[in-house]
Amino acid sequence: MTVNELAAKCSLNPVAVPDGEKEVEGGYAGDLLSWVMGRARENCAWITIMSNINIVAVASLADIGCIILAEGVTADENVIATANEKGVNILSTQMTAYETAVAIGKLI
Amino acid sequence: MNESLTFHFDVDGTDFTSAGQASANVKRSLRQLGLAPDIIRQVSIAMYEGEINMVIHAGGGEADVTVFEDKIEIVLKDHGPGIKDIDLAMQEGYSTATDTVRSLGFGAGMGLPNMKRYTDEMHIETEVGKGTTIKMYVNLTD
Ligand SMILES: Nc1ncnc2c1ncn2[C@@H]1O[C@H](COP(=O)(O)OP(=O)(O)O)[C@@H](O)[C@H]1O
Ligand SMILES: [Mg+2]
Repeated sequence: MTVNELAAKCSLNPVAVPDGEKEVEGGYAGDLLSWVMGRARENCAWITIMSNINIVAVASLADIGCIILAEGVTADENVIATANEKGVNILSTQMTAYETAVAIGKLI
Repeated sequence: MNESLTFHFDVDGTDFTSAGQASANVKRSLRQLGLAPDIIRQVSIAMYEGEINMVIHAGGGEADVTVFEDKIEIVLKDHGPGIKDIDLAMQEGYSTATDTVRSLGFGAGMGLPNMKRYTDEMHIETEVGKGTTIKMYVNLTD
């Protein structure tokens, strides 16, 4: 399933979607960046409440399919601009991390 | 024939927000060289963890990456405080990171273990009060 399809099916808001046709497989939830790099698989959907600029570097270097900011967390302008520049997809939702995982787990 | 490709970076130790630039540059270059995505991912993650460590624990440093025919070498050198007990530092979860660093999502104590996990070889040379040099190798052939 592509990032665009996932966003549409789960009503996730597009925050930065420079590569919406990217295929996502599986998911990972967590806020500690080294855990994400150690455990998340490439092309996965990464659910987090961490929204600082370093999530973009992590997602880019670890080939994450898309970041999903849960719990109504927002990203600032600088994060959005950097994500667009680096080709990192960011979606957001009001759902909790758990609800988000349940929702996407039915699809990917 | 035996010419190897090298990259050198100065890693700024004052800015968390731009940390990872050297790793991002290396990733881009390795992509241009057409290396396998899983190799590039290994190098990127291992180097980023090391780069972050230089920023949060050592006030910055230097990174040198060399692409040989059969392996990639990553050398991270800093003049920070050094590591007192390497075995302890290598343990998952051990961290001396500050609360500020933790609030950014770093300081989980998984950096050095990740560096070891994602590389085929890792050597740490360190002296308290002098600095740390970490060499990592990722093999290009099985
Ligand atoms: N370049 C370095 N210079 C000094 N100390 C370091 C360096 N790299 C790692 N350390 C020490 O080793 C510990 C463990 O490192 P790491 O596994 O990356 O975890 P973290 O960075 O999350 O604390 C650090 O908390 C720090 O005390
Ligand atoms: Mg670390």
